[in-house]
Amino acid sequence: MIELRDIRFGYDDVGPVLSDVDLVVDEGELVLVSGPTGVGKSTLLGIVTGLVPRFSGGTLDGDVLLDGVSIVRTPPRERAHAIGYVGQNPAAGFVTDTVEEELAYGMEQLGLPPETMRRRVEETLDLLGIADLRHRDLRTLSGGQQQRVAIGSVLTMHPRLLVLDEPTSALDPTAAEEVLATLTRLVHDLGVSVLLAEHRLERVIPFVDRMCLLAGDGRVTVGEPGELLVTSPVVPPIVELGRAAGWSPLPLSVRDARRRARELRLDPPSVDGEPATTAAAVVRRLDVVHGRTAAVRGLDLELGAGRVTALMGRNGSGKSSLLWAVQGSGRRTSGRVDVDGSDPADLAPAARRALVGLVPQNAADLLYLETVDEECAAADGGSGACRALLDRLVPAIPGDQHPRDLSEGQRLALALALVLVSRPRLLLLDEPTRGLDYAAKHVLAGILRGLTDDGHAVLVATHDVEFVAQAADEVVVLAEGEVVSSGPVRRVVAESPAFAPQVTKVLGAPWLRVDEVVAAL
Amino acid sequence: MPRDLHPVAWWLWAVGLAMAASFTTNPLILLMLVGVASLVVSLRRRSDQSWGRSFRLYVWLGVAIIVVRVAFRVVFGGWFGGRVLLDLPEIPLPDWVAGITLLGPLYVQGLLFALYDGLRLATIVICVGAANSLANPKRLLRSVPPALYEIGTALVVAVTVLPQFADSVRRVRAAQALRAGETGRVGRLRRLLVPVLEDAFERSLALAAGMDTRGYGRAGGATRAQRRVTGALMLAGLVGICVGTYAVLDRTAPRLLALPMLGLGVVAAVAGLLSAGRRVERTRYRPDPWRWPETAVVASGVVVGALGLWISRNQLAVAYPPLDAFPTLSAVALAVGAVALLGPLCSPPQSRPAVVVPTREEVAA
Repeated sequence: MIELRDIRFGYDDVGPVLSDVDLVVDEGELVLVSGPTGVGKSTLLGIVTGLVPRFSGGTLDGDVLLDGVSIVRTPPRERAHAIGYVGQNPAAGFVTDTVEEELAYGMEQLGLPPETMRRRVEETLDLLGIADLRHRDLRTLSGGQQQRVAIGSVLTMHPRLLVLDEPTSALDPTAAEEVLATLTRLVHDLGVSVLLAEHRLERVIPFVDRMCLLAGDGRVTVGEPGELLVTSPVVPPIVELGRAAGWSPLPLSVRDARRRARELRLDPPSVDGEPATTAAAVVRRLDVVHGRTAAVRGLDLELGAGRVTALMGRNGSGKSSLLWAVQGSGRRTSGRVDVDGSDPADLAPAARRALVGLVPQNAADLLYLETVDEECAAADGGSGACRALLDRLVPAIPGDQHPRDLSEGQRLALALALVLVSRPRLLLLDEPTRGLDYAAKHVLAGILRGLTDDGHAVLVATHDVEFVAQAADEVVVLAEGEVVSSGPVRRVVAESPAFAPQVTKVLGAPWLRVDEVVAAL
Repeated sequence: MPRDLHPVAWWLWAVGLAMAASFTTNPLILLMLVGVASLVVSLRRRSDQSWGRSFRLYVWLGVAIIVVRVAFRVVFGGWFGGRVLLDLPEIPLPDWVAGITLLGPLYVQGLLFALYDGLRLATIVICVGAANSLANPKRLLRSVPPALYEIGTALVVAVTVLPQFADSVRRVRAAQALRAGETGRVGRLRRLLVPVLEDAFERSLALAAGMDTRGYGRAGGATRAQRRVTGALMLAGLVGICVGTYAVLDRTAPRLLALPMLGLGVVAAVAGLLSAGRRVERTRYRPDPWRWPETAVVASGVVVGALGLWISRNQLAVAYPPLDAFPTLSAVALAVGAVALLGPLCSPPQSRPAVVVPTREEVAA
């Protein structure tokens, strides 16, 4: 249906981003675009929708065909009836303010008759299961709801191809499953084709028909997921497990892997007992109320020195509110936080920084200068401590580079260095893994381990169960501002299947990580 | 049946009330209008939407206007004659500010005049506020004629961006407190501005991309010739209106260029708009219907405005009451309040959003 022929794209000052790309997406097919960060996945999607090079600059050669007709010179708005696009942050693309109007917006542009619009809005509300949200203000929706409304708002135009850029990266595991189930339903029942880019392969691989792998040299390899994943540089844990165990063909779903795993005879990993730790921070009866909603209710929490604690829970369960309240500058209705004998809320910003460090969800909010070196010098007053810290976290980031040109992982490391330079005893991170590929997440997990070895206590809010399995010692699960379960990772994960990583799903508790299995093989 | 009234109806009604207020300084009439506006807002607004809650802000603005107006009169004086309420000492000023006095004797009439005048402006502001909280301003912008659709959308987006901008400022300010950095005045400003502006640019690009991929600004099926005709009509209309307006204002210009030219310009412009609107291939999803309650609300606004005008021409003592006696009302003045309330009482109650959790009765049914 849609065909990319001999696509070549690049910016004038740097080399080609994509070269010799050929890709065909057929009717009713779900195609995944995969590869490490910064290889041009979003660029490839943009070429299909027409946003590249119109919104990005750069030079595009080659041809894009829709049903055999070249559309490479057609602007995105003239492709809207056939190609629907949902960007990385769906909330940024909303034009109207209620769900119903948003669903109708695209159809109004196409000039469809009112009866058709009405019918399609009702159908789409039901199809996506958002009928009860129809009058809601778009800004009050949760992340998963916003994502489904964004998908719905392009579906009403009855596009034949749906292009999605990281549709589940901001969502909690359950909401991600809902969105993916919706997509599968569209592909199976309505014959819509889907082209999507996603970092969290463990979530999407079971649903994918074909994969398009960008290796980093600008070329793509297209094929069945089972074949491509044998050599792919980015693979989900389940494939890593399959590779380690020497299974062929590779299992792609937990069900396949579980069947194969029966033949494995493994000695369970030695679960080391709880090390006795002193509490670096103690939270007592903390309440945070925003308007009429209680974000955090009567919460008690102890964070051990030298431990990484993961904070999990669905979107809007109070994770960010808790982090900001512990840091001391966020709203706090009642309760106390005790870090080293003092409450950060009572201190001036500079003293607070020496006690508690926080890397916010949008790490770019911290940056304001033109080069990495200037940022470092501003943070440490020219002593060079920040740069030394950055080199320890992620070596060899050029000092004259603009912070906005860094990769997601490098930018996060820079933000981390800026916060850590005042040597806080407690470090808080809000959703640090968004936009990171497996390699970058691995590096981040190593960084957090290194910090705990230095005696820092770390609390990291995240949706990423695989990252939790890799990096965390303890897990705290929040729901409606209250702790619903907490304890060592192995125990919590065994109790709540929704938060279990793939290895646990396949081999059962107490298995957690691929490297444990590799060691036991 | 509960539904949202057409936003244009609410605005016309409020403009009628504001017009009546502008024709009088009678505090009784003005307070009556404020009362009617507040009553209608409390009966018919949508309290669940952010714009629905803005009425209180307008009321406070009105109070502030009155306070400032009266305070100015106390401080700068500028009224002589009548009974002295309080004999404040006058502060002598140098000669080059002749005509301005500070403090000095405070006359009752002077204060009353300032109070009435402030109340008049406050009433107008409160009427506008009532319209704003009764009708979603975005839906009003959506009701523009199809040819102006693009401008309407741009305005809607601009309205949306403001709260986002405030949100972004708050976020960046909190984030910058998490790191060490420049603390000078310029440095602090830079620390706030750079991330906020970058955020704003990124948001705008994302929004533009989102709108473009959803078909905003599609060319539609107009032929080249049609587009030229539309362009020519619009241009001719613009030139006609400009020349005509100039000639009307400039008495020495030939009379042929005045009203006839203005009329021709308006006709050409309207034809251009119609032709542009016809070629726009765009439809409206569930447009607000215009039924008899809309007409009733608009009619009540128009009648209130007309009554206000009539009073100011024919019942001077009621419209501009003397400052040395208690203001009086006439039957017509009372009718102003009654009519202002009558129209909105015909309007249907505003629809509520669907209840997410059904009540016990609904479950039983």
